[in-house]
Amino acid sequence: MDIIRNFPCLSILLSMFTAIICSALKGKGARRLSTLVVGIVGILSAATLFFTMTTGEHYVYVMGHFPAPFGNEIRFGCLEAGMALFFCVIMLLSLFGGRHKIQMEIDLHKENLYYIMVDLLLSSLLALVYTNDIFTAYVFVEINTIAACGLIMITEHGRTIEAATRYMIMSLLGSGLFLIGICLLYDMTGHLLMSNIHESIQAIVADGTYTIPVLVTIALIVVGIAIKSALFPFHAWLPDAYGYSTVSSAAMLSSLVSKGYIFLLIKLIYRVIGFDIFLESKIINVLFVFGLAGMIMGSVNAIKENDIRRMISYSSVAQIGYIYMGFGLGTSAGVVASVFHILSHAATKSLLFVAGVGLTDVSGGHKNFEKLTGAAYRNKMAGVAFTVGSLSMVGIPVFAGFVSKLLFAQAAVQNHSKLLPTLIVLAISTVLNAIYFMKTVIRIYTPVHSKYASVSVKENPVYAVTLICFIVLNIVLGMCSEPITDWIIKGLSLFA
Amino acid sequence: MGNNLLANYGEVVAVILFGIGFTNLLLQKNMIKKIIGLNIMDTAIYLFLALKGYIRGRIAPIVVNGDLNPETYINPVPSGLVLTGIVVSVSVTALMLSLTIRLYRRYHTLDLDEITTRLKKEGR
Repeated sequence: MDIIRNFPCLSILLSMFTAIICSALKGKGARRLSTLVVGIVGILSAATLFFTMTTGEHYVYVMGHFPAPFGNEIRFGCLEAGMALFFCVIMLLSLFGGRHKIQMEIDLHKENLYYIMVDLLLSSLLALVYTNDIFTAYVFVEINTIAACGLIMITEHGRTIEAATRYMIMSLLGSGLFLIGICLLYDMTGHLLMSNIHESIQAIVADGTYTIPVLVTIALIVVGIAIKSALFPFHAWLPDAYGYSTVSSAAMLSSLVSKGYIFLLIKLIYRVIGFDIFLESKIINVLFVFGLAGMIMGSVNAIKENDIRRMISYSSVAQIGYIYMGFGLGTSAGVVASVFHILSHAATKSLLFVAGVGLTDVSGGHKNFEKLTGAAYRNKMAGVAFTVGSLSMVGIPVFAGFVSKLLFAQAAVQNHSKLLPTLIVLAISTVLNAIYFMKTVIRIYTPVHSKYASVSVKENPVYAVTLICFIVLNIVLGMCSEPITDWIIKGLSLFA
Repeated sequence: MGNNLLANYGEVVAVILFGIGFTNLLLQKNMIKKIIGLNIMDTAIYLFLALKGYIRGRIAPIVVNGDLNPETYINPVPSGLVLTGIVVSVSVTALMLSLTIRLYRRYHTLDLDEITTRLKKEGR
């Protein structure tokens, strides 16, 4: 069983080397190899998850056998392994769901480049999830940004290039702040490994010497990551980037890239800064306010939108707001709710993007709502899947979105000063969600005589099976919420 | 307060440069000026790191005459971080420049706001 301890490092290296091999392959070969590797990494992560769940401990993997304060480390418990597995599953499903669009929208000789970016994205996500070294985290944050930029701009038209440029600018601002935060942290503590920094930070705070620098550092790191993961006022690049890139990219960007950064932030809060010290800083209230603002403004913008892809993108802004609002509550139950929402939002949003493309395909490629009328009758599977995704986003029981909203509400009850604003904004946001999602569902189920041909399930079986897998994933997250929240609580307790 | 600022004048300069780079990257309309801002910002961070690694009166950590006493040398870790950071910064700059070339070929302007308004007018 000890061999399983090597799996996290192995999966990072495997996906990175696959990226190198893909550069020498043709499109089809690269596609097969990448799909295989994402599957293998998923299996390795599942084994790691099983191992860590049975032993109930966390493990430190020392890279190159240099002992603690000097070397680079990987540290994993059950939450990290489970997150890696989940990311692999979503990535695999997104790739399958958008496969026909990748072949259509990307030049034939460029297809292998797309899969290079996918592999790099996977390896950087895994590294962000597993690493215990803060500077390694920074380097992989940048690799993640570059890979995401490639995924956006691979379909070459003006909108995507402009969106990729805007994305890069915002991301670089974020990583600049993050980097100088890390430098300050290194100056104060003299360590780069997360666990060692934590000990020094505790000593510093107990001494009361560097109160302002610690506060500034926390602010810089949190704001840097918030900018990178498109928290409300920094979301200007998001609708174009998600709305015009190819569908697999949009699904992966919304459900993996921003979530990878948020997972890193959770790790930094628990393992580097320490939850108590984070609570005492006032940054938490800033996150709370911006999270609430994002929940409302994202939904309002989504209602105004007349383009189905951009509408789903604006909904992402609202959901990121939910996650930061969970941090802002300042209870561990709030963080548990946020982690659950990472899972449920990733499962639902990629489902919506993939189902949305099925609906636009049977409407002559048009994305505006007038043309989409009755699309669910022309592509029945996509219609059902989109309805499931919408119900989950609105928060109907049985589906994943309900559980995360319930967890947020329960977490809010524990914090009296923030209870009322949270519940009010949750209610408003749910109503707004219902307005734009139900509007779309009614629109696609309005029968109309259309000039567009309908598509049966048999014509694209891979797509249909992918949608079924997504629906099952959503229902599993919604129905089996208890073991999943237990797993999150256990994983978070192993974090520090 | 004032004495600290005077004693750590290098760090003060680094932070001011960081601010200049950050605002340039955020607020300039011209893509090339944005990229220059990015480079100023990154370089300021490297200056900050290098200053933090330097200890007055000590030499670079290269062992020549068998002196293994750590008191002789400066802290080598920040220099390593600077090197890694430079690699990241170079690749990101290259990516930004290539994006700028693409935009310029398509729209014959470097002004990002103008490109955005033109895209909105096209309405696609």
